[in-house]
Amino acid sequence: MTSGKPTMIEFQDVHKYYGDYHALRGISATIKAGEFFSLLGPSGCGKTTLLRTIAGFEGISSGVVLIDGKDVAGVPPNQRPTNMVFQSYAIFPHLTVAQNVGFGLRKDPRSAADKARAVDEALAMVGLSGYGARAAHALSGGQRQRVALARALILKPKVLLLDEPLSALDKKLRENMQVELIKLQRQVGITFILVTHDQEEALVMSDRIAVMFEGQIAQLDSPERLYRLPKTRAVANFIGTMNFLSAQILSESAGTVEVEAQGFGRLQLDAEKQATGTPSANGATIGFRPETATLLFDGQQASDREIMATVEEVVYYGDMTYYDVLLDGTTAPVRLSMRNVFGRPVLDIGTRTRVGWSPGALVLFR
Amino acid sequence: MKIPVLRIYTVGYLLFLYCPIVILPIFAFNNSTAVAFPLQGFTTEWFSNVFHDAVLGHALKNSLLVATSTAVLATVLGTLAARANTRYQFKAAGPLMALIMLPMVLPEIIMAMALLVVLLSVGIPLSLFTIVLGHVLVCTPVAVASLTSAFQSLDKSLEEAAYDLGEGPFSTFRLIILPLVMPGIISAMLICFTISLDEFIVANFLGSGEPLLSTFIYGQLRFPKNVPNIMALGTILVGVSITLLALAEFFRRRGIARTGAKDSGGFL
Repeated sequence: MTSGKPTMIEFQDVHKYYGDYHALRGISATIKAGEFFSLLGPSGCGKTTLLRTIAGFEGISSGVVLIDGKDVAGVPPNQRPTNMVFQSYAIFPHLTVAQNVGFGLRKDPRSAADKARAVDEALAMVGLSGYGARAAHALSGGQRQRVALARALILKPKVLLLDEPLSALDKKLRENMQVELIKLQRQVGITFILVTHDQEEALVMSDRIAVMFEGQIAQLDSPERLYRLPKTRAVANFIGTMNFLSAQILSESAGTVEVEAQGFGRLQLDAEKQATGTPSANGATIGFRPETATLLFDGQQASDREIMATVEEVVYYGDMTYYDVLLDGTTAPVRLSMRNVFGRPVLDIGTRTRVGWSPGALVLFR
Repeated sequence: MKIPVLRIYTVGYLLFLYCPIVILPIFAFNNSTAVAFPLQGFTTEWFSNVFHDAVLGHALKNSLLVATSTAVLATVLGTLAARANTRYQFKAAGPLMALIMLPMVLPEIIMAMALLVVLLSVGIPLSLFTIVLGHVLVCTPVAVASLTSAFQSLDKSLEEAAYDLGEGPFSTFRLIILPLVMPGIISAMLICFTISLDEFIVANFLGSGEPLLSTFIYGQLRFPKNVPNIMALGTILVGVSITLLALAEFFRRRGIARTGAKDSGGFL
């Protein structure tokens, strides 16, 4: 959906050292204009450093960063077409809301009345109409975040950088702000680059996600592709939950891979859609998501295949129940997520049960 | 029964520390030239003497001039040092800061003597200005200590946000950093003013004979009949010092509240 758009940001083999510490290890990627792009990874993976190289707060040790086709090496933050929403929001506590939002317009040649109108429009855009005269230090967390957004967007940057903008908000507010940010991004059409450690947030909001580990991009894909076909077990573990069973590759031809998987037996998998990764010394692994296999209650028939299992752990979530079950012929339990349906019992630990599964939902990590 | 050793120690310690100061106002209002119990009745004569003493008035004017100059100079220098120390990381930072802070622990009399030798050998005549120089040396470390906490409680991303929104380093300092540390700066100035106002050793060594409050008081103690006047003057000075330091603490706390940081214990 973004393939036809021009490139806004390009990283060419970017490295960054802090003394001996190799923070960015050869980042190469492009971000399209108008894209909602996320940098996702655990803390210390280099995602914030990468964002700050775009803003100009961090220099790079080698490589090239292009913004809208221009090499930005040596260009200071105040001359880049980017604006940032900081993790702490960095609202100036001694100014009013309107003074905060209008801060970047100080050198704007427009008249004071025009600037005031621009401030009002920016406040209206983030749902804070009428808050202009308030003292900034008296705002709530959610309001601060909106002020930070308005303050950055009023300058109409080519790229808006968001450094963990939702991490300080409580869960409900965070979910509301996710939706609002998506709407806002569609409305203004500016490239948004979001740094987050929250995989759910990245999946919900992004057009594309770069998953980063230890200063490298492990996978750059759409949310759906990241979830369906993660390239490595590390990515699969970071994005949602994935069950793993050891397997052996028997033969590999152009279209299909034949494997022998623990519990599931001999399988034919689609080499294009189901197999990923490069062959490793540790042997192959079969993976499947918790929702792709299902417990079969009395009277239910498997739509594809069936295997017997023993319930080892039950975690009740209200709308969902997670079952950790040991499939017959395997050595470690796998997790299944079942939507709770009215009238259906929650099974006890130790129950013998049937599990329905489908070879089409499996992923092979070579 | 357990003897509350620590409690007795604390009470005794505080009594020893503050009783002499409490004695001061008592005898300032006592109707006798002899500083001794029993008290002889109430008078405001000593205060009236203080207000009508021409030499004291001159000394007060000199002291205010010296204290104000010292406060401004030491605070400006302290601001620059505290900013450099909190914002920039460089190899010489540790040793440099140690050198700046050293006068805080050096015996003042050694510094005063050393300064005197240097000033005389360079050929700078002693005056109120040389006293200011000495006081700046004494006060700058105090200003640095007070201001470092003000700069440290400043979120670094405030500065980055100002850059990000198009400002350069100087306008960022003027528009964001300075207003936010201003309470700390005022607090540092008040503390430096107070220290300079009652400093004696440097004033005595580097003075040219022009009277300052501290040297004036010392001189008066030779005349027993003037001692009650000194008590009255001392009472006023204690009142002024406490007021100024309370104001300084008020500004420091307001500064921390303004930046939204947690109070990590002040200089006072």
